[in-house]
Amino acid sequence: MTDALSWTWHYDGVILLTGILCAVAASLPGNFLVLRRTSLLGDAVSHAVLPGIAAAFLLTHSRTGPILFAGAVVAGLLTALLTELIRDIGSVDEGASTGVVFTTLFAAGLVLIVQAADSVDLDPGCVLYGALEDSPLQTFRMGGLELPRVTLTLAAVLLLNLVFVLLFFKELLISSFDPGLATTGGYNARLVHYLLMVIVAITAVASFEAAGNILVVAMFIVPPSAALLLTTRLSHMIWISAGIAATAAVMGHFSALILPRWAGYRSISTAGMMTLCVGLLFLAAALLSPSAGVLTGWVRRVRLSLRILCEDLLALLYRIEERSGAREISTIASVEELSRKLLCGRRMLIVAGWIQARQGRLTREGDILKLTDTGRREAALLVRSHRLWESYLVTEGVGRGRIHRQAETLEHYTSEGLRSRLDTGLPDGTLDPHGSPIPGEHDFRSPPDA
Amino acid sequence: MSVHLQIFVQLLQSASECVLVLLAAGTGFRERLSSLLLFEHYNTRIVLLGATLLGLAAGLVGCFTLLRRRALVGDALSHATLPGVGLAFLLAPLMGFDGSSRLVLLAGAAASGIAGAVAILFIRSLPRLKEDAALGIVLSVFFGAGVALLTVVQQVPAGRAAGLDRYIFGQTASMTAADARLIALTAALVALLIGLNFRSLTLLCFDEGYAAARGYSISLLDLLLMSLVVLITMIGLQAVGLILMIAMLVIPAAAARFWTNRLWVMLLISGLIGGLSGFFGALLSALFADLPSGAVIVLTCGVLFFGSLLLGRERGVLVRSMRRSELAAAIDREHLLRGIWELRESAGEESASESDRRAAGFEELLNLRSWSAGRLRAQIRKASAEGLVWLNSLGAVELTRRGVMEAERLVHHHRLWELYLITHADVAASRVDREADAIEHVLEPELIARLEELLLQRQRGSAIPASPHDIAGAAVQQSVAAVQEDRRK
Amino acid sequence: MSNPAIPLSIQDLTVAWHRRPVIWDVEFDVSPGRLVGIVGPNGAGKSTLLKAVMDLVPKASGRVEIFGQPWHAARHRVGYVPQRESVDWDFPVSVLDVVTMGLYGQIGWFGRVRRRHREAARRALEQVGIGELADRQISQLSGGQQQRTFLARALVQEADLYLMDEPFAAVDAATEQAIVEILRSMRAAGRTAVVIHHDLHTVPDYFDSVVLLNMRVVAEGPTQEVFTRENLERTYGGRLTLLEEATEALRRREQRL
Repeated sequence: MTDALSWTWHYDGVILLTGILCAVAASLPGNFLVLRRTSLLGDAVSHAVLPGIAAAFLLTHSRTGPILFAGAVVAGLLTALLTELIRDIGSVDEGASTGVVFTTLFAAGLVLIVQAADSVDLDPGCVLYGALEDSPLQTFRMGGLELPRVTLTLAAVLLLNLVFVLLFFKELLISSFDPGLATTGGYNARLVHYLLMVIVAITAVASFEAAGNILVVAMFIVPPSAALLLTTRLSHMIWISAGIAATAAVMGHFSALILPRWAGYRSISTAGMMTLCVGLLFLAAALLSPSAGVLTGWVRRVRLSLRILCEDLLALLYRIEERSGAREISTIASVEELSRKLLCGRRMLIVAGWIQARQGRLTREGDILKLTDTGRREAALLVRSHRLWESYLVTEGVGRGRIHRQAETLEHYTSEGLRSRLDTGLPDGTLDPHGSPIPGEHDFRSPPDA
Repeated sequence: MSVHLQIFVQLLQSASECVLVLLAAGTGFRERLSSLLLFEHYNTRIVLLGATLLGLAAGLVGCFTLLRRRALVGDALSHATLPGVGLAFLLAPLMGFDGSSRLVLLAGAAASGIAGAVAILFIRSLPRLKEDAALGIVLSVFFGAGVALLTVVQQVPAGRAAGLDRYIFGQTASMTAADARLIALTAALVALLIGLNFRSLTLLCFDEGYAAARGYSISLLDLLLMSLVVLITMIGLQAVGLILMIAMLVIPAAAARFWTNRLWVMLLISGLIGGLSGFFGALLSALFADLPSGAVIVLTCGVLFFGSLLLGRERGVLVRSMRRSELAAAIDREHLLRGIWELRESAGEESASESDRRAAGFEELLNLRSWSAGRLRAQIRKASAEGLVWLNSLGAVELTRRGVMEAERLVHHHRLWELYLITHADVAASRVDREADAIEHVLEPELIARLEELLLQRQRGSAIPASPHDIAGAAVQQSVAAVQEDRRK
Repeated sequence: MSNPAIPLSIQDLTVAWHRRPVIWDVEFDVSPGRLVGIVGPNGAGKSTLLKAVMDLVPKASGRVEIFGQPWHAARHRVGYVPQRESVDWDFPVSVLDVVTMGLYGQIGWFGRVRRRHREAARRALEQVGIGELADRQISQLSGGQQQRTFLARALVQEADLYLMDEPFAAVDAATEQAIVEILRSMRAAGRTAVVIHHDLHTVPDYFDSVVLLNMRVVAEGPTQEVFTRENLERTYGGRLTLLEEATEALRRREQRL
């Protein structure tokens, strides 16, 4: 594998590590951006820091250093403050004022960068796409070791974000969930908001050079959103989002190594592939999340309706048996007749019949279905639930015309305990309002033709 | 392709020309400016026209997304167009089209923009995720995919030539006549669509629930709005680039908000601001070689926005503070007139001469309220300039005939309001004066009429009801009692 | 003026939204150990009154004292139960987490949530009768359970004064009864609660005193004296349409300022 991918640790290893660091660092504060419903502030701030970066370049002629971060922090805070200002004065909503502020700041940054382009090697494209592939090349010497600079910066930022999230977990939680309570409890929700903006700005700046704007914006928003679909615990959400971010970085790097060769191209943007991968992971979460997935939800609905159909089938066979009063002849019914009575598709019915047959509740010979002993016992209990409910609903004053449909739904959710409570509450537990006998809890008819 | 090449050469020429001109400075620059303004260059004419039309159309669409509180939908959708551009370039040759043809690329952009819109609607329907997350996810993932595709496109020889990366930052100057035509056509289409759906779009932005109740399909209308955004973005891509396209969709509309509260006026102003920024942005970047066109258009937009923020006729900061001070002055004037009138009223008929009955000393007035001597003096000066008061021989401030009439009108309103508060709002009489103060200045004629009808049935004819507090006369007690009895019925 | 024995003293309080007066010249004192109902029609400014007490909305004028101190000094002695709709119930936290939030004020910046805090929260949940739901995610709660969660969050603060914004709104009968019992046990412990309430029938049963509010205080005092038909008519019947129109005119004018 190492050969096929031309993998080298000091090159690919560094790229991968840089990508992971950037992704995880961004996903940590991103959780709170998503929970505060201000996801797009991540996008806005990471665009708006551009003038700060450009100004720092013009001042120091260098792509590193504390001034760069200071410029970014100022620009990030400026975004937050100007957004609030325009929102309050102009009575436009938060989104619009964010849009006004960050695009204008970004445009100003672009103009500054083009002006600075003569003195510093920097182009607008690099700001957006980043050059993750170059991160191993920019090194500095420390203690006789050649260390990749960007990677170390990102590691420091990750540490900062981790400390921030752990230290201010409580404050972030309360000010996101209930700003009013936070303020009455002595936590200034606005102060927390500004702190978060500073962290976002620092993360954005640190990632710019390595991974560009796209990766960091995606990692602010997408992993936390995916995590939110997978869990309902904030602490879990944070770790899951970090895991998703790291996974996406790994997947992205390898797919960037493999895919282009496979399609006959030389290379593909690693940051772009990481973003795409995190998008795919989100899609997977959206489809397959146990609690919130679209696909799992669909499967659950189908299984539920199938279960109900299975039960309805048993109950129907029981009623046919009961109506024909045919203890001596076998209970028979054709699939056509059943599917008409149960208002369901033929195919669904066959599946339901197959399931019930497999579980030994009925037997099937050609087109003929027949209840077994076990099936008859369960069917009797269902019919019992149905008729108990009908009787109960009548005593509650529900019109006779409507009891059947309500009982039809309720019968599938009725336990033995509930049945006995219904039974004891009824004046007469032997006949339902339509005059049909209510089967007892334990006495079911013995097989007619045994 | 030859057209492109020709224009590229022309561009190079004009760019180098521009640098030379700047080096020469002085008269040369002026010549270049005038030649630009007189549209001597065919190319410049096209670029300016295209940018202006684009700004105009974006301004129109932006109004609706702004009022729908979905301003950042444009952000997400403009990012979402990028993978379509790359895919169209790569896939078109397989289907027998020319991948670098503009129409193919724009069709790709539109298709992936629509896919983005659908993705937004899908994510929004997931539990726990809100609108902002949907926008952010679509924005970043689509854009990442687009960037990845573009790096691949760059490796195809034709791809490099097609210059797809200008779709990100935009390159107004490279606009061709065909582009300008496309922009003009699309702008006309957008204007037409807005015109046809004006009523339903307005309803959608103003009251979604009511629109739904009236039988409009909200999701269809939303899709229409998003399609308009995609349409605009598509043609704006190469002029300002997708990053800054969002600015064209948000800023003009937000700026127009400062000028008016009426939708169609807002549309006009927003279109105007968009058009102006397109025009001046393109002009500036044509004048100065090292100004990136997209950024300059947006900055022009930003400047117009902050201009509107300050000067806007409806909500501008300056106008509002001016109005506030005007109102404060009007209130002071009313306080002055009413003050003099009431001082003399409480003095009763003791003072013999008529002029005494209409005058008050400066000190007296000063003690009446919490105003400073300077403010009072300025107010007296202003009122005397208006011919409402004059300083009589005794140095007292005396009402003129007109001043008396005005003062009587004001006292009338004030007392009506006081009476209402006492009888209907259960406000203690001692507090009435202050509250009546705050509101009487805004009493509108029809409200006065209704107050009169409500309160003065039993004392018609008396122009001014007696004050309910300092002179608790029997007449007032009677009228209060009468009104209260009325209310009980 | 300031009396440290008086849990809540409001003087001359006026609050304006966008310069439109919402409550005018509200003035009343709450005596210790009483359950006080605030009653009035929709839009009468009841929630605004509570928010103004806690400095959550700016006051146009007036003074609020809590146990003789300004709000920020006495903050820790107040527990607040906001309206249920004020938070996002999809938020990924458990019931226990929400209740623990009531203790954040005590824990302070940088402090950690410890076992004893969680145990206090569990006790509060037992007290409101939903101890078994502690680990449930909040989106799975019914309306009544959400309200009990909020109540537990306030209880855990062990405050001396409770401000509750419609705790009885849209809850089931069992929850209503549970809340009433908790209110009564609070009173027995010498605590004070100011509760915004909608259901006029239950007012005499639940509250020792009432404040009838409709933009201004129509009447306030012991329930049996103040809660009369005439006062209620003045609160609900006499809709101050002209007053509203005038404030609307004021707002229109000032909106342009």
